[in-house]
Amino acid sequence: MRSKLIFGIAKSLLLARWRQTLVAAVGVTFSIAMFITLLSFMNGLNDLLDGLILNRTPHVRLYNEIKPSENQPVNAAPGFKDSYNFISSVKAGVTRQEIYNSGPILQTIKNDPRVLGVTPRLSTQVFYNEGTIDITGVINGVDVEEEMRLFNFGDYVTEGSAIDAEQVANSIILGKGLAEILVADIGDVVQVTTAQGERFPLKVVGYFQSGIQEYDKVQSYASIATTQKLLGKPANYITDIQVKLHDLDMAPAVAKEYAQLFAIDAEDIQTANAQFDTGSSIRSLISYAVGVTLLIVAGFGIFNILNMMIYEKMDSIAILKATGFSGSDVNRIFLVIALSIGLFGGVVGLLFGLIFSVIIDNIPFNTAALPTIKTYPINYSLIFYFIGGSFALITTYFAGFFPARKASRVDPVEIIRGK
Amino acid sequence: MAETILDARHISKEFHDPVTVKVLHDITFSINKGEFVSVIGKSGCGKSTLLYILSTMDTDYAGELLIDKELMTGRKDVELAAIRNEKIGFVFQFHYLLNEFTVLRNVMLPGLKLGRYTEQEVEHRAMERLNMLGIGHLATKSAYRVSGGEKQRVAIARALINDPHIIMGDEPTGNLDMRNSEMVFEIFKELAEVHNQTLLIVTHDPGFAERSGRIIEMEDGRIIRM
Repeated sequence: MRSKLIFGIAKSLLLARWRQTLVAAVGVTFSIAMFITLLSFMNGLNDLLDGLILNRTPHVRLYNEIKPSENQPVNAAPGFKDSYNFISSVKAGVTRQEIYNSGPILQTIKNDPRVLGVTPRLSTQVFYNEGTIDITGVINGVDVEEEMRLFNFGDYVTEGSAIDAEQVANSIILGKGLAEILVADIGDVVQVTTAQGERFPLKVVGYFQSGIQEYDKVQSYASIATTQKLLGKPANYITDIQVKLHDLDMAPAVAKEYAQLFAIDAEDIQTANAQFDTGSSIRSLISYAVGVTLLIVAGFGIFNILNMMIYEKMDSIAILKATGFSGSDVNRIFLVIALSIGLFGGVVGLLFGLIFSVIIDNIPFNTAALPTIKTYPINYSLIFYFIGGSFALITTYFAGFFPARKASRVDPVEIIRGK
Repeated sequence: MAETILDARHISKEFHDPVTVKVLHDITFSINKGEFVSVIGKSGCGKSTLLYILSTMDTDYAGELLIDKELMTGRKDVELAAIRNEKIGFVFQFHYLLNEFTVLRNVMLPGLKLGRYTEQEVEHRAMERLNMLGIGHLATKSAYRVSGGEKQRVAIARALINDPHIIMGDEPTGNLDMRNSEMVFEIFKELAEVHNQTLLIVTHDPGFAERSGRIIEMEDGRIIRM
């Protein structure tokens, strides 16, 4: 009953000055809509850019790093065990890039419940022979089917067919940039020379376009079997094991565990791509800052309008107080006014934010660097709507707080006698 | 003996800004139920100041105030608001209706605030009072669309909505022409005589005061006749 009365009075005061109310509400609507649009777009872009790297990057990569042994013999020698030994010019010993015992390791990882998938890889340096010129590059031997499933490999093969690399013997998928340098069309044969000096003809079955040009000028893909043949190695020879987890955030822990379990080097995605994380979080930070600024500006608008309203309504406030409404009732009336502006403006703002996002989502966006992207990216995460909505209410509450307090302190005697 | 409604004991008040001026000196008097009291005096004699102290809106005074045998002095804002709502009706010189509402709604507001009756009952009671004052036909009009005399009658209806112990008026006829003043006076008189309503009216109109039941005359912050 009491609150119904307060809502009724607030509503009448609001509707009596509906133009001002509308201006205040439009301020909130505009800022919320911009907040939502900005964050959705910015995060869509972030996801896109992250995806560029992260989708193709294994969460954990197992490999053998070529590096000197940490336990140099002198440290183990009884005579020098307890002393601090300075050794200069340490070199790596006979380290092989091959992962020992790769079959059982693959099997063990595959059975780990945290793991979404695991695929071997074999990378090797080669020279592509273009007439008399040799161009350095890398051939990645991959399990094409698994690569397509786990790392969206198929999306980046812009011409030809990814699966042909598996099915056509001695075939290769060239990076787009590399193909242009080599002037190699699909169906052509390119010559590669391995580091060991073996020369090998490979048939081009597709182009690969990652969106990162430097990468496309160097990299190419072949099946594992082809690459092993190229190197003259047996069928269990692989240099990398790529693991994709269900939960990306577990990567550092899993990497540590595998490194210990298999006595191997393990790198997690967070360490490998720290700069992307930083970039994303800073972009998010900027968009939040801009969005919050918009909201605060709208808050000042509401503050002004409420303040004006209180000066206009001094008489009404005085009469309400004289007829038995207490200071806290008056306070509540003005808070309800502020919050209803926030609520109404906020809800409409969320709706407009969604509409703007959908519009942006449908604007065509074609770029050679990003073959899978057809329109501008938008992230429709509910969390933005939640933050936007709560922020609308919080700012309007604070915008209403001081005017409402002022109204509650109006001395009716002063107003009534002051006439 | 008649029942005492309002009891002022040794009330004094000073204004401190810009210099300390004592505006009320040790005012003591009481009002019984059904009395029609007018307070007269020259401008600046403190009669309005006294009224606002008696109305509980001004709490900055020395002395004691009892309304309906309850001590008002030193109570909290919320309690005083509730007491004003329930026990005191106000009529001011300027009409002070809420322009955002209809006439009927204006009359109903203090009743809704009191919450003793349902909304339908409050509406019914408000209509009764408007009809009694002969302005029932204005009920659905916006408050700012009625004339000055009508506004004052609406204000009286609003003052009556919660059956207050006492109605206080600060120059309720001060801003009205002869005809409307007369009408307002007649309403007060009828309230006092027929409905046994207690009234305390501050006025500077001697004609108005002469015809009321009892006159309290003030000069320089003191009561000189009561």
